[in-house]
Amino acid sequence: MSRYIIRRLLWGVLLLIIVLALLFVMFRVLPTADPAKLRAGRLQSPKIISEIRHNLGLDKSLPAQFFLYIKNLFLHFDLGYSYYSNAPVKELLFNRLPATLSLVLGGAFVWVVAGLGVGIVSARRAGSRLDRAAMGTALVLVSAPEYWLGLITLYVFASDIGQVRIFPGAGSYAGLTSDPLKWFESLILPWLVVAAGTAAIYARLIRGSLIETMGEDYIRTARAKGLSERRVVLRHGLRSAINPIVTILGLDIGVLLGSSVLVETVFNIPGIGRLNYVAITHADFPIVQGTVLVAALFIILANIIVDIVYAFLDPRVRYS
Amino acid sequence: MSASEPLLRVEDLHVEFSTEDGIVRAVDGINYQVQRGRTLGIVGESGSGKSVAALTTLGLTRNQGAAISGRILFEGRDLVALSEGELRAIRGNDIAMVFQDPLSSLHPFFKVGVQLAEAVRAHQDVSKDAARARSIELLGLVGIPDPGRRVDEFPHEFSGGMRQRAMIAMALVNEPKLLIADEPTTALDVTVQAQILALLERLQRELGMAIVIITHDLGVVAEMADDIAVMYAGRIVETSSAERLFAGPEHPYTWGLLKSIPTLTGSREEALVPISGTPPSLINRPSGCHFHPRCPYAQPDHARIDPQLQPVPDDPSHHVACLLESELRRRLWAELRTGCTPEQARAAVGLPAPPNASAEEGSAVPGTSA
Repeated sequence: MSRYIIRRLLWGVLLLIIVLALLFVMFRVLPTADPAKLRAGRLQSPKIISEIRHNLGLDKSLPAQFFLYIKNLFLHFDLGYSYYSNAPVKELLFNRLPATLSLVLGGAFVWVVAGLGVGIVSARRAGSRLDRAAMGTALVLVSAPEYWLGLITLYVFASDIGQVRIFPGAGSYAGLTSDPLKWFESLILPWLVVAAGTAAIYARLIRGSLIETMGEDYIRTARAKGLSERRVVLRHGLRSAINPIVTILGLDIGVLLGSSVLVETVFNIPGIGRLNYVAITHADFPIVQGTVLVAALFIILANIIVDIVYAFLDPRVRYS
Repeated sequence: MSASEPLLRVEDLHVEFSTEDGIVRAVDGINYQVQRGRTLGIVGESGSGKSVAALTTLGLTRNQGAAISGRILFEGRDLVALSEGELRAIRGNDIAMVFQDPLSSLHPFFKVGVQLAEAVRAHQDVSKDAARARSIELLGLVGIPDPGRRVDEFPHEFSGGMRQRAMIAMALVNEPKLLIADEPTTALDVTVQAQILALLERLQRELGMAIVIITHDLGVVAEMADDIAVMYAGRIVETSSAERLFAGPEHPYTWGLLKSIPTLTGSREEALVPISGTPPSLINRPSGCHFHPRCPYAQPDHARIDPQLQPVPDDPSHHVACLLESELRRRLWAELRTGCTPEQARAAVGLPAPPNASAEEGSAVPGTSA
């Protein structure tokens, strides 16, 4: 098992380097705004621009730049400095991480609870009006884009521009340690928005999975033992039906940690997604590189964790 | 409840399922009884309704939308009329069940011991440790070596035979008065089958429970059963003591079952005779005697008249539902047991060929609605 994990981690490192190389190609070889020109602002003389280019290290060959970046990353854990603000990228990322973690982990909690609850009830009453209504709503939520849903909830509920002013609106985020109550209030709408689509997918998934599981022979055995129907469903049925959920939960969290751009932007939450968004508009390549690195790292780690958790969930799975 | 009152008495049990294609009459008015400490074998092909009858005893067909009528009297209480909660107190406690495929019947994600202990605690208010100790005791009783260690293993770590032993142990943790074994050996290797049957017999002697064993295999009931009921198309077509059934079977379907198993004593030239055709659909059953399209001895009016289960002239405990004359049946079986084919036997007793020759061609006749 530990050999398996080490092997997976080493593959993960290789994958990160490939992702970074791809990103270099995308931003340096393909046409994009010239960061030196952007930084020069109104002083667009060739001399100043080439000076800036030299200072940013952009005058070196692309392989040399890439090698330098990788070297700094692995030897000094140095992600470079923002072209725009000169701030160290590592520090920016660490400052932004708590907001993104708050959004994603809270959202994940909401979508797991809602998805499981609705999915189980729907599965037990498959075909009923309640089931059809729940699955219909789920279909609408799956189809609704996050930014649209975000804007709609702000329009309806936000305390500044809303029709029913009950929740704090965009830009009200406060850190958990500085003001826990405000932190919670400001994240209610973003959590719901970030969770809506995924909760709907989970509800449909758990419904299908549970219906299938309830037809298994070992469910009949559980009933023949004289267990209550509640225990049969929640222990024997759900234990099996939950497996596909655990698999995608890890991946969903991993993906969202690196790419909650839309919701963070709509609600003006100072997270990694928003950092990335602003960096792209400024052609601030080191920050983009850093945020993508973090995103890829989360996804790779999530994959490994999912595989390890799966071995615990399903005793028949053993890695060698 | 008198002393002679059987442990289980099933009276005129009907189980029907509504499907998109029509009503499936899985069990169509069956009667049988099981005495304390005795073994009843229910024999029939797949789709004859034998498993549905067993599952209905435990109320396990209720949530499949089955329409159930008749009575299932267990120690004088009608299980059909009990509430779900009352029935649950009986399930796994007074009546336990062992299923066909032990791998799919055990939960793959729970340790064997956990699954056994759960059965204990479903009916007894004991600590987890006590339930675990009981589980280990039972695993030892059913012949699992080193039960103290195996109790913490998962089902996939057990062999097929060990899994079925564990299933039996799970059924027995609460010392049921009745054990229903639904094809308990079908999914197992032949050598393991014999071990499991021997185990069931030993446990019955030691624990004094009654057993209903459901199988398609007459060899299994020959080994185990005191009494036998042969089911066909949702009905019992013949029932008697096991001894009597093997010595003088009365129903052509039973003859077919007996002739289709190889024996060591018979000559090698004696061909096995399969029963032609396929089991009838339980939605559109053949008219008259349900077996007539497959019966080599069917006569024209057998497609019209529905035979009732009646005692054989010289043995009131032996019942058969067949339209042939009793005397004719005796002569037919006398011919068949010498190794004749059904055609030869028919010729010997001077019985005309069935009106539908298709029975010999081995194709099923779509039945007219019963």
